Amino acid sequence: MDNAQSPFLLEIRDVTRRYTLPRESLFRAPGEVQALRGVSLNVTTGRSMGIVGESGSGKSTLARLVMALEPPTSGEILFMGRNLHALPPDKLRAARRDFQMVFQDPYGSLDPRRPIWRTVAEPAAALEGATRAQQRERAAATLESVGLRADALDKYPHEFSGGQRQRIAIARALITKPKLIVADEAVSALDVSVQAQVLNLMADLRDHHGVTFLFISHDLAVVSHLCADVAVMKGGLIVEQGPVRQVLREPAHDYTRTLLESVPELVAPAGV
Amino acid sequence: MPLLEVSHLRVDLHTHRGTAAAVRDMTFTLDRGETLGLIGESGCGKSMTALALMGLAPENATVSGSLKLEGRELIGLHDRDWRAIRGYQVAMIFQEPMTALNPVHRVGAQIAEPLRLHQGLTAAAARQQAIALMERVGIPEPARRADSFPHQFSGGQRQRIMIAMALACEPDVLIADEPTTALDVTVQKQILGLIRELVTERGMALILISHDLGLIAQNVQRMLVMYGGSVVESGPSADVFARPAHPYTRGLMAARPNMQHRLVAHRSERLPTIPGSVPDLFSLPPGCPFAGRCAFTEDACVTQQPPTVPLQGTHQFRCLRADVVLATP
Repeated sequence: MDNAQSPFLLEIRDVTRRYTLPRESLFRAPGEVQALRGVSLNVTTGRSMGIVGESGSGKSTLARLVMALEPPTSGEILFMGRNLHALPPDKLRAARRDFQMVFQDPYGSLDPRRPIWRTVAEPAAALEGATRAQQRERAAATLESVGLRADALDKYPHEFSGGQRQRIAIARALITKPKLIVADEAVSALDVSVQAQVLNLMADLRDHHGVTFLFISHDLAVVSHLCADVAVMKGGLIVEQGPVRQVLREPAHDYTRTLLESVPELVAPAGV
Repeated sequence: MPLLEVSHLRVDLHTHRGTAAAVRDMTFTLDRGETLGLIGESGCGKSMTALALMGLAPENATVSGSLKLEGRELIGLHDRDWRAIRGYQVAMIFQEPMTALNPVHRVGAQIAEPLRLHQGLTAAAARQQAIALMERVGIPEPARRADSFPHQFSGGQRQRIMIAMALACEPDVLIADEPTTALDVTVQKQILGLIRELVTERGMALILISHDLGLIAQNVQRMLVMYGGSVVESGPSADVFARPAHPYTRGLMAARPNMQHRLVAHRSERLPTIPGSVPDLFSLPPGCPFAGRCAFTEDACVTQQPPTVPLQGTHQFRCLRADVVLATP
């Protein structure tokens, strides 16, 4: 299709998303919640975008829409120039190789009863129907690129530490050689020293594998470390966006300032 | 006499895999109005320390050493006697208020429960007291909200209710185990501000447990850095953050993404990482728990207990190769 026309990897155009709440009374219409109230955002290839905001600000809803796991109520999302939510199911399925996701909980997102190679190879198997031997081979190569040895192939998730499990989840996202990885709080559950290893791995993928991240986190320090651009969300809206250094240096919105002030710095204030 | 005196505290966990030394040789004292932070990563023993201080160590654990509250030895205390201390003299705020609060009881009744049990207040008096506490921790319309259930509150408000419960009997020691991990940064700041305020106001002693360096830096006077069940460094927070001595403390501080660096650096640099992974508590080396991951490791580190090396004031760390480590910036 018209891939070449769009300068952006991902274009989010005035997207809204409304959810209907469970009905509380027989005699009243069920309530609604506006998770997104008109969000527009462009992600350029090679410039990872961070999204920060509090719980309930709409970050994860946005991730689900970008992953085409559910449709927006209005607005459109263009990935490499194509409107994901208008694609027929088979085209969408094929398009998924280019955008993958890493979730927060490395325990919950790996099937405990499957050996690692099957979990890692699954996206490739689903998209390409490779043979068992090919799948194993690709899984081994991908695991290696995230810093795990090939002997991990036949192990099960419980045999790995939290950081290793998150590497496995990243390997699974990486196996289709995606252009975009949506990472939703992907390092939030990790210890500081493990988090540093995973962030370094993500920086390597960004620099050497041509992966652009849509990196969602409540942690401004982590976002600013990995991303070139940042968008600050509050109440279903993007209240501020721009290059990381500019937003950190001259926050324009009150809420961004509050967020910046709330990040505890490593220097003990006098008199504590 | 210090309010709380912990010396050579040790917690061994007996499991089918053998015995794990979850806490080894922990020593510290704490007085009224003082705030102490315990910092370390998962499995370092910080939460097990808290449970031991509450007399809540699991059944398969052996707690040894000494744990004195106002001079009274608590180790080996009968469970009945612990019940008179827990909640009354030592209270705890847990990490996840949604699991720590009973979902089927109204919050007012839950806050009032310790007041009726420990202070023998009547139901009506305990309720009044509970409402006053809710007001103090910043719940709007406390008289009405006392009849709400936990799920009707936001995460931050639930944590405020946990604090009200912990404060009900005016404990001497308040232990807060990752009290804000599940909360947004802005709410986190409010909750910690509230805890600090209450500690000062009521002359309590605070033990704040966290994996978050920033949180510890901002909220406590003294800190203990734990690794593999041992305290590897301790001292006034300002000193530890200004001049971290132990290679693990240094590694931990360097591994955290730094926004100040990002402001000046055009592109983020790689974060320094600590090679290897956390040791298995079942097979700790007899020497320093950090041996092997530490760049300064030599043979003796694995076999010999590291000595305590005093630095400026009360700042100290445990290391066999202190002279070499300290000479390295």
